[in-house]
Amino acid sequence: MEKSFISGRIWVLLDQNKRLIEDIDTDQIYHNAFLHITEVSQMGQYALGNLEGWKDFSKKASPGDVLIAGRNFGAGSSRQHAVGCFISLKIGLIIAPSFGAIYFRNAVNSGFPVLRCQELDELVAKKAMETEDEIKVNFRSGEGLNVSRNTHFKAEPMSTVQYDIYEAGGLFNYGKRISKG
Amino acid sequence: MGMTIIEKIIQDHTKEEVKPGKIVWMDLDIRSARDFGGPNVVKNYEKEYGDVPVADRKKTFFTFDLCVPPSSLKYADNQQICREFARGQRIEVFDVDRGIGSHILMEEGLARAVSTVVGTDSHLNILGAVGSFGQGMGDVDITFAFKTGKTWFEVPQTVKVLIKGSFSSPTTAKDLTLYILKKLGTKKAALKTVEFYGKAVRGLDLPGRITLCSMVTEMAGIIGFIPEYGDSLKTEIENLSGTKFSPDEADEDCFYSDTLEIDVSGLSPQVAVPFSPDNVQDVSELKGVKIDSGFIGSCTNGRTEDFALASQILKGKKIKEGVTLKVVPATKRVYKEILERGILEDLFRSGAIISNPGCSGCAEGHIGLTGKGEVQVSTGNRNFAGKQGKGKTYLASPAVVAASCLAGHITNPKDI
Ligand code: SF4
Repeated sequence: MEKSFISGRIWVLLDQNKRLIEDIDTDQIYHNAFLHITEVSQMGQYALGNLEGWKDFSKKASPGDVLIAGRNFGAGSSRQHAVGCFISLKIGLIIAPSFGAIYFRNAVNSGFPVLRCQELDELVAKKAMETEDEIKVNFRSGEGLNVSRNTHFKAEPMSTVQYDIYEAGGLFNYGKRISKG
Repeated sequence: MGMTIIEKIIQDHTKEEVKPGKIVWMDLDIRSARDFGGPNVVKNYEKEYGDVPVADRKKTFFTFDLCVPPSSLKYADNQQICREFARGQRIEVFDVDRGIGSHILMEEGLARAVSTVVGTDSHLNILGAVGSFGQGMGDVDITFAFKTGKTWFEVPQTVKVLIKGSFSSPTTAKDLTLYILKKLGTKKAALKTVEFYGKAVRGLDLPGRITLCSMVTEMAGIIGFIPEYGDSLKTEIENLSGTKFSPDEADEDCFYSDTLEIDVSGLSPQVAVPFSPDNVQDVSELKGVKIDSGFIGSCTNGRTEDFALASQILKGKKIKEGVTLKVVPATKRVYKEILERGILEDLFRSGAIISNPGCSGCAEGHIGLTGKGEVQVSTGNRNFAGKQGKGKTYLASPAVVAASCLAGHITNPKDI
């Protein structure tokens, strides 16, 4: 399977004023009341379960969907659950202008695709990117296509390291692959 | 183009070309795990690698500091899980008697200038105080680091912060740190390295540098360095670590993503108001806020000099009736120093409770928590809601905590 493309229906994480929500922290993504859960498959039901306006996300989302978030997504604690809950729902990709440092590492290490895109705020503000749109993104080049509107956008491509870990299916698999090679 | 300090340190640990924004693989000089995160590292390790030896046991450590000796069965179990793994792998453990891991790494000469150190401690960037690139990471990262001795890292941009002006006693490094945090907030240094310059930071002793560097975490920064070192400071670091100190300097033609100036002339003591460390006000604005308890310790203010400062204010006086003061040295070495110098006795006679070394009081799960409605003034680094229990925590310098415990309310030490 070609792994460098992903296409999917998007969810744009807007607040009541129709602005991209910034600084969504790991407690809003995955509440600490459920940290005792260790099975990734059980985590999906709590995804965004503590984010005002989005608490029913796990019921609305379908496998392959793409999440569009505001700057500093995943700020806060180092809990791996905040990535695991999206893996559990089979979310295809999260795009944001920036991520919390540890969140970004955790996602990369889990082989879960995250991309940064500086154009997001503007695209969302001028309504050129809305929930339900279908998009297609190339991880290697960062080229993005809004299929529903036939417009283009540009994200930062995955670095070689990020892509290699993603392609191997996580940091541990990646490590075993290179030590054999 | 020249390089900033972080770029030089990373370049020293990778063959790849280093520039901001690029992800590179870097070699790690030290990898460590604590009693928090450590058991997960062991679990991951055994699952992925079985009993295959770690990459280099001499560069791998456990440090127990959060709940020491354990006051909960969970921590007792977790520490034992790490100990048994460490025995099997012949990895050294700094056990429950030793104190805060990051400080131990400095005292043992393991975190040296220009070294790379990772561990399961979000304040490991405190090691910037001795010119080392320390970084906290999750348990997957640290498991991989144990096994391979490597990690990937995105080279951060660097911002230069020029601290102008100077201040004098009773204003301390902690007040300076809180004021810088007030000015930078959590955005200006986010995901960046900070290089601090200027007379006010150049003059800081090692404990003062530790205070400032520890709170770069609260600024959302990657790490902070204070690159101007006088001779006495070099000697101080060499005495503490028992190793030669030769730090990196930034090149003159290096690239800073931003240059900021903060004027601290005549700065008075500062206090962070609940529930955010950057919610900082002048002590005079909080005068009279009644307190129930005080805490002096943590990786931010747990060195001998911090306790010496507090004891200068407390010596020969009694803590206000109804107020409790908890004192926790950062490490066993600090404990010994305050014992030998008579500081411990002065603190005891003033009414303080003195605990064994560790993190205690800093976060939920440790001893020394606050109850609902309790108001505490602490030398720690975080005061988020629920972090130390249900009470309200104000962050301040050891001098302000000591003075406030005498008065029973938040007080400027100069009014004592
Ligand atoms: S004192 Fe607090 S902030 Fe510092 S290492 Fe310990 S738990 Fe972390």
